[in-house]
Amino acid sequence: MTYNRRDFLKNSAAVAAAGAVGLSVPMAAQAKAKQAESEWRWDKAACRFCGTGCGIMLATKEGRIVAVKGDPAAPVNRGLNCIKGYFNAKIMYGADRLKTPLLRMNDKGEFDKKGKFKPVSWERAFDEMEVHIRKALKASGPEGVGVFASGQYTVMEGYAAQKMMKAGFRSNAIDPNARHCMASAVVGFYQTFGIDEPSGCYDDIELTDTIISWGANMAEMHPVLWSRVSDRKLSNPDKVKIVNLSTYTHRTSDIADIEIIFTPNTDLALWNYIAREIVMRDEKEKTIDWDFVKEHMIFATGPTNIGYGMRREGEKSITPVNKDGSAGKYSALEMQTINKEMSKVLSKNEGKALEPYGYKAGDTMKHTAGTLKHWEISFEEYKKSLEPYTLEYTAKVAKGDPNEDIEEFKKKLQALADLYIEKNRKVVSFWTMGMNQHTRGTWCNTLSYNVHFLLNKQAKPGSGAFSLTGQPSACGTAREVGTFCHRLPADMMVKNPKHRKITENGWKVPEGTINPVGNQHIMKIMRDLEDGFMKFAWVNVCNPYQCTADAKHWIKAAREMDNFIVTSDGYPGISAKVSDLVLPSAMIYEKWGAYGNAERRTQAWRQQVLPVGDAMSDTWQWVELSKRFTVGELWGESVLRNGKKLPDIIKDAKKMGYTKDTTMYEILFANKRAKSYKVDTTKFPQQGYDNTECLGDSRNVLGSDGKAWKGYGFMIHEYLFEEYADFGRGHAHDLAPFEVYHKVRGLKWPVVDGKETQWRFNTKYDPYAAKAAKEAGTKDFAFYGTLAKKLAQGDLKGIKDKNKKSLKNKAKIYARPYMDPPEMPDKEYDYWLCTGRVLEHWHSGTMTMRVPELFRAVPEALCYMHPKDAKNKGFKQGGLIWVDSRRGKVKARVETRGRNRVPQGLVYVPWFDEKVFINKVCLDATCPMSKQTDFKKCAVKLYKA
Amino acid sequence: MAHSNHRRNFMATTLQSVGLAALGGLLWSGYTDSVKASPLVLRPPGALQEKDFLTACIKCGLCAEACVNRDTNIDRDTGKQRKGTLMMAKGGDDALIGTPYFIPLEVPCYMCEEIPCVPVCPSGALDMSSLLNEKKELDINKSKMGLAVVHKESCIAFWGIQCDACYRACPLLDVAITLEYQKNDRTGKHAFLLPVVQDSACTGCGLCEQACVTEEPAIFILPNDIAKGKAGDHYVKGWDAKDQERVGTAKSQTTTTEISKKDADDYLNMEVEY
Repeated sequence: MTYNRRDFLKNSAAVAAAGAVGLSVPMAAQAKAKQAESEWRWDKAACRFCGTGCGIMLATKEGRIVAVKGDPAAPVNRGLNCIKGYFNAKIMYGADRLKTPLLRMNDKGEFDKKGKFKPVSWERAFDEMEVHIRKALKASGPEGVGVFASGQYTVMEGYAAQKMMKAGFRSNAIDPNARHCMASAVVGFYQTFGIDEPSGCYDDIELTDTIISWGANMAEMHPVLWSRVSDRKLSNPDKVKIVNLSTYTHRTSDIADIEIIFTPNTDLALWNYIAREIVMRDEKEKTIDWDFVKEHMIFATGPTNIGYGMRREGEKSITPVNKDGSAGKYSALEMQTINKEMSKVLSKNEGKALEPYGYKAGDTMKHTAGTLKHWEISFEEYKKSLEPYTLEYTAKVAKGDPNEDIEEFKKKLQALADLYIEKNRKVVSFWTMGMNQHTRGTWCNTLSYNVHFLLNKQAKPGSGAFSLTGQPSACGTAREVGTFCHRLPADMMVKNPKHRKITENGWKVPEGTINPVGNQHIMKIMRDLEDGFMKFAWVNVCNPYQCTADAKHWIKAAREMDNFIVTSDGYPGISAKVSDLVLPSAMIYEKWGAYGNAERRTQAWRQQVLPVGDAMSDTWQWVELSKRFTVGELWGESVLRNGKKLPDIIKDAKKMGYTKDTTMYEILFANKRAKSYKVDTTKFPQQGYDNTECLGDSRNVLGSDGKAWKGYGFMIHEYLFEEYADFGRGHAHDLAPFEVYHKVRGLKWPVVDGKETQWRFNTKYDPYAAKAAKEAGTKDFAFYGTLAKKLAQGDLKGIKDKNKKSLKNKAKIYARPYMDPPEMPDKEYDYWLCTGRVLEHWHSGTMTMRVPELFRAVPEALCYMHPKDAKNKGFKQGGLIWVDSRRGKVKARVETRGRNRVPQGLVYVPWFDEKVFINKVCLDATCPMSKQTDFKKCAVKLYKA
Repeated sequence: MAHSNHRRNFMATTLQSVGLAALGGLLWSGYTDSVKASPLVLRPPGALQEKDFLTACIKCGLCAEACVNRDTNIDRDTGKQRKGTLMMAKGGDDALIGTPYFIPLEVPCYMCEEIPCVPVCPSGALDMSSLLNEKKELDINKSKMGLAVVHKESCIAFWGIQCDACYRACPLLDVAITLEYQKNDRTGKHAFLLPVVQDSACTGCGLCEQACVTEEPAIFILPNDIAKGKAGDHYVKGWDAKDQERVGTAKSQTTTTEISKKDADDYLNMEVEY
């Protein structure tokens, strides 16, 4: 045993080291492994599930994946997994996999929105899509065609979809479910750093002294990272401190030294309280690192009357407003909350917090639509913004457990501030959905950096505010590839003419192709469908009709309005059910792919097996669709909703050598560069692996032209990856060559000279920071992000000097107040409802609910509530109740015990279970800046079912 | 009134579906004598010791009748919906025919707060007094239907997998199942989170067994007498004040082994072979 273990350690350490410097595992070791595995084949891949990004090895036998193991060489998990990862080998083999396209048809075999699903050929499926996309373009222009994209897309799929949408259809209406997951984190990064994604990495866990979790349940949602946190705590239990801040007790409190249960939304006050402590104690204790702050920081603020991202006055579906208070398609009850989008009367708590901004309690605040606008202010102004957050005020506003003693609560807040402030104590703040799914999510994200910046505890080994991601490629695909309505690859923006030009040149499409208006975020797509403006929508690798708040409206729009909804999926879920056409998609290991995790680690895998049935990858589906559309029909002039025109670019296209009849396939996917990536099955990494898109396969699936699919004949995966990667190379988003990712266990970008980057903006670790600092003559850090780096000057109340000052290489500390969410418990709807996940199930459960063991473990979503509340309401443990909001209700079983212990006045219901369809109840308010939905707060009433 | 009707109905169904049909006219009571119950059977909350339970239980079925919890329960034989956890044993079951029992992996005991199955017991086979807490209220947490046992070799938490599904499923989370944190030296940067069953608190409800994600559960419920060992009263834990109480039941007894069963002089008078 001892010998084996030592041997293992030696080997895994060597392999890990090899991975880290970009070397491959020695061939001798590979050969040895092969010998033992004559009947099956092991190959590396990334776990299908969360943003942690564990490495796995898959065993394939007779064309099926039969087993999985944690990859001992993977630095994230070193051979371990959580229970979802443990089932990676089973997730593709549920009995009801979708195997053929299905179309709603009448008896005559014609498409009929009221018809039943019947199998059709791929050719027919594309015929239907073509017809309905044409119809949508004709009716509403490019903005009438939309895509529900995903943070679970592979890099290549996301890139193919984005290219066809933004260059082909000239529509920016492609937005991922990642919008619901980390859009607030993104805007937080942009506003603070001028560039997306975390400065630190997971190594911070082993290097820190303090782990502070804000609105995250790492123990269930990032279990392998949690086991690293647990290990860190065990290594030095007295020194290492763990704090859990949450609106209810959950498993992350298990090993916490301090647990702080706060009232929903008051994390805004808590962050400001800590900042206030730092600033107010500075004179005596020298808490602020002024050298750092003066050299690298400026202070800023923005408007506070930005609403809550709900529907606004004048939108078609809330018009006309009726006498009884109802409006358009919304009931009077629903409008009670929606009306706050236009204006609200400030509460007592808000009045105090907004005093420095010129408001007081009782004022009516008129809201404008959310804006990213902000301006520079002085430190004195920033200090003024912190004044309200005394211990007294903060404790009163924030104490979330009515049964907790306020003095005890105050002591905890002080202890929390002390931990942050303690000299030489390293601190990492982690968060996920609690801070992101928040009507002031962007604010909350920026507030976290404030605290770390003032103390110079950011972008350093063991210290930093670190936004964890939920999805496996929210970073890698949604963010880095840019499958958001407003983004282009590598942090470029559709509204920026220079960025559009760079992208158009990279894509070899005429200048002026890309639509400069990118405002159709995922909620807007749903609302555009309800307004009857959007006529075609395609669901890719997500389940938006289960995962979008206020679900009843969107489902009704899908089923009853004149539109055509397509869902590509591996399994039938709610989205497929409300669609008109369902396409069977190849699942994760049935295709080549790459994901990017929360620490900027890009990981790739090869196709392990052939897809089930006639399923084909989403990349293939996009590329096949592109064959149906030509320059002549997509690139003429069109009028946008705002009245502006997209120019006719056909002439320019002709200058580039295209004709009216050139297909988008030839331009975007099968161009000269694409064809230079050869299919070569005699060489690594292609040798010995299936490649359905490029070579076809033994299934001979009848393709989009009705003929047996024989492949593109060039290495499309490598092409898509390389062309995409080129946008980031040399721009602080550098990725290694495609082939390298098939040798190493992922690399954290920017990868410069073959080396990954652990801590960005820190001149010791980040070559880009070193270069920028050298040029600027600064030391230690350079916050070199380029977005919003010239600001007007002003104070908390507004801009005073419109002349913009450059803040090159600096980051921003923001004044941002506490504000109430738009819907809070009242007399009738007297409970907070919070939603989220459970460890056993992934998102809407389409995969994990089909794994018998996971289904058995957690077969249904429960309503967690406080035993005293249950008793007062006369509910029995295990009994059924209605959870009812202004928007809808679901039946759920009461759970007063177990993993989540909520305070009185709050209930928690997970959203994985389509039978407990909690998104019918939730409110679709978003952070008005990031457009990310707040799934954590709305008001409900509870009664016996 | 309602009760007795229900009871009659229940008896009628049992007889129809199991008793006479299966036994071809044999009298039910006559048949039971010749069947031995398996020692692995789990009984409802408050059940007496198995031997006493079998004597006391009049096989009326009221407890099973009262056990109603989830409409999602599926009966293993019929594949149909079943209203509750408790079943009355039929021919071929391991429990003595006609007696109540449950199989956690099928339907665990959901530990209803009001324990509907126990007060209805007319014979005392399910003993209410054993379920009373300090305040003399019925308290399901006092029940001892069995004991969860973890098989470490198949429990994936002991492999380092981040599982603890049993811990999360435990209605007495952190009381009946706790987590033990250990460093994982194999990886150098992860921790084992190991489930540990606390004998004194585990009720044997079986929710952990049902939640266990291994193919055959690595945590399972055994009847208390099967699951537990017993350390002799001749040694008490020096580090545990409460354990000193065991001295109360300690008795000194003459010990006999192969070597000591003969008298000392018999032994001494036997020549040593050389």
